[in-house]
Amino acid sequence: MIAQLSALLDRLLEATMPHLIAAPILLPLLTAALMLMLEERHRRLKSVLSVVSGLAGLLVALALLRWVNAPATGTGPGSVGVYLPGNWPAPFGIVLVADRLSSMMVALTGVVAFAASIYSTSRWDRAGVHFHPLLQLQLMGLNGAFLTGDLFNLFVFFEVMLAASYGLLLHGSGKHRVRAGLHYVAINLAASALFLVGAALMYGVTGTLNMADLSTRIAELGPGDRGLVRAAGAILGVAFFAKAGAWPLNFWLVPAYSAAVSPVGAVFTLLTKLGIYTVLRLWSLFFAPDGFGEYVLTAFGLATLFTAALGLIGTQRLSHLAGFSVLISAGTLLAAIGLGQPGIWAGALYYMLSSTLAAAAFFLLIDMLERWRNAGASIAAYESADAAPFLAEDLRPMDDVNLDDDEQALYGRAIPAGVAFLGLAFLTSAVLLAGLPPLSGFIGKFAMLSALLAAPAVYPSGWIFLALMLVAGFFMLVAFSRAGIRHFWTAPDGGKPALRAVEVFPVLMLLGASLALTIGAGQAMSHAGATAKDLRNPFAYREAVMNARQRPALDSAIEVKP
Amino acid sequence: MQAVLAIAIGVLTASGVYLLLRPRTFQVIIGLTLLSYAVNMFIFSMGRLKVDSEPVLIQGINATLANTADPMPQALVLTAIVIGFAMTALFLVIMLASRGLHGTDHVDGEDGPDGEDDER
Repeated sequence: MIAQLSALLDRLLEATMPHLIAAPILLPLLTAALMLMLEERHRRLKSVLSVVSGLAGLLVALALLRWVNAPATGTGPGSVGVYLPGNWPAPFGIVLVADRLSSMMVALTGVVAFAASIYSTSRWDRAGVHFHPLLQLQLMGLNGAFLTGDLFNLFVFFEVMLAASYGLLLHGSGKHRVRAGLHYVAINLAASALFLVGAALMYGVTGTLNMADLSTRIAELGPGDRGLVRAAGAILGVAFFAKAGAWPLNFWLVPAYSAAVSPVGAVFTLLTKLGIYTVLRLWSLFFAPDGFGEYVLTAFGLATLFTAALGLIGTQRLSHLAGFSVLISAGTLLAAIGLGQPGIWAGALYYMLSSTLAAAAFFLLIDMLERWRNAGASIAAYESADAAPFLAEDLRPMDDVNLDDDEQALYGRAIPAGVAFLGLAFLTSAVLLAGLPPLSGFIGKFAMLSALLAAPAVYPSGWIFLALMLVAGFFMLVAFSRAGIRHFWTAPDGGKPALRAVEVFPVLMLLGASLALTIGAGQAMSHAGATAKDLRNPFAYREAVMNARQRPALDSAIEVKP
Repeated sequence: MQAVLAIAIGVLTASGVYLLLRPRTFQVIIGLTLLSYAVNMFIFSMGRLKVDSEPVLIQGINATLANTADPMPQALVLTAIVIGFAMTALFLVIMLASRGLHGTDHVDGEDGPDGEDDER
């Protein structure tokens, strides 16, 4: 029965490809367009549309993932789907490409965006206008950037994504957000200028913008032009480092992410991953064969990891903890990319899935936690004063904080369900982010380290990576334990937390996805391993893009009369 | 011509970067605008500098870059101009919001300690 169903599904997928590749871009675009036609008073309808579109996007992304991996579809496991939006063959037209890496990223986007869209219907979409259309456009930009196979088209999708993110960051307004937004927009405009310079230089040297074609042509360049291409690659790298949150271009990130409303923060965890994805994709296509920039990637990744770990241990605010966790994940991934072995890449890709899901869940959780602890205010008094929560300035507890003051029996009292949920979810996301066993964060880190140590020679950079990753994990554990003690083991100001199902469900979903990743680690890891091998040897990617045929085939095309 | 264009791009970039690093929002936005001019001219120059040739194919003339201009950078620069313009307009709005909310045009929303600022 199940075999028949999956065969039917495969046939259905086969019939809809390659058009299915465009769906993750078109679906949010159409939803956003539809929502813009509705007035603000149709809020309920907009929320429903947003959630339905999020679910549909997730299903499409999972379908793409299945098409890429299933033996019965495409050219077997690892098939590369190519869609020609303008029906011009590569390298003349823009191409959309769904391979293992792209479809995995689109699926990750689908999960996080679905959770964020549900969570936002609880109250945050009412903090300003046009929340849902902006969220949909953000999704369109993200999915487009993950799927496109053209360098300039990548720039356009980056801008779509950024334009929507400016709106989302400012959603809810207020001094904090406007100030963070000003910095965020300025640094991204400067980074976009660098992106354009790099892309134009690439075109000037090679005469093409198609990523697969660029990969072939860069390998064939003479030594005279190689320097220019490397300069272009370095300029592009600076632009992507700024988006990925690499030190020293990441000072905007923590204030911006913590100023954004919480569902937006959850979606923003994907934006740094887009920077990482772009670095991985372009570097593996353009420069991996001659190893240009390996050390730079590792060095900046390690510096990011180090500074983020210091930042993490130095902060008291939950939203800053989340921001620094995002940075730690970015640093780990950049360094792992620079180390350049397929085994490490496989672990890194798995770790990316796990850390993104956990960070998104944590962003959502912070909102509920702070509302409970600060009796509804989204920014607590101690946060503006920059003091530690629930402690006086000399770090002594304030009055009435000690639970034993009343000398009541500490056993036999039921923990309210809301508190239990918040506590367990906090614990789970802390374990996931810090990379403790038994959850997926640990498996990802373990896979990276074991691949590192299994290599025939471990360079000093590898040892530093190992040490910093363990230290960062330990710092994370300390910081999260401290925050947990302050928030859960002190007397609540606001009584029992009032949680709504639409708030609890998305967090459960994200943590459940991490749990599924842990239980299905074998499958997920073999997918990640195959992805890393594809990236290391992008022959299939290049062939698929360059050999994509127009539809209908040219000889049967209807002749256009002049 | 190459030298003039290169100097123009260089001067625009240098002034743009200098202004971008200044503490007033107005200086920042002018800096970003100058930078985007420089970038647009740079993209345009990547199609190689040519005088008196159109980016269109004419019958009877061999369609190589020796006879026609490269249409690709022109299309790219058009896209870049439109996007850059829209983003600058958006930045202007945020800048005004920041000025209104904070009552100062400093990029951090507050002047330095004891009203000291580096306005000259």
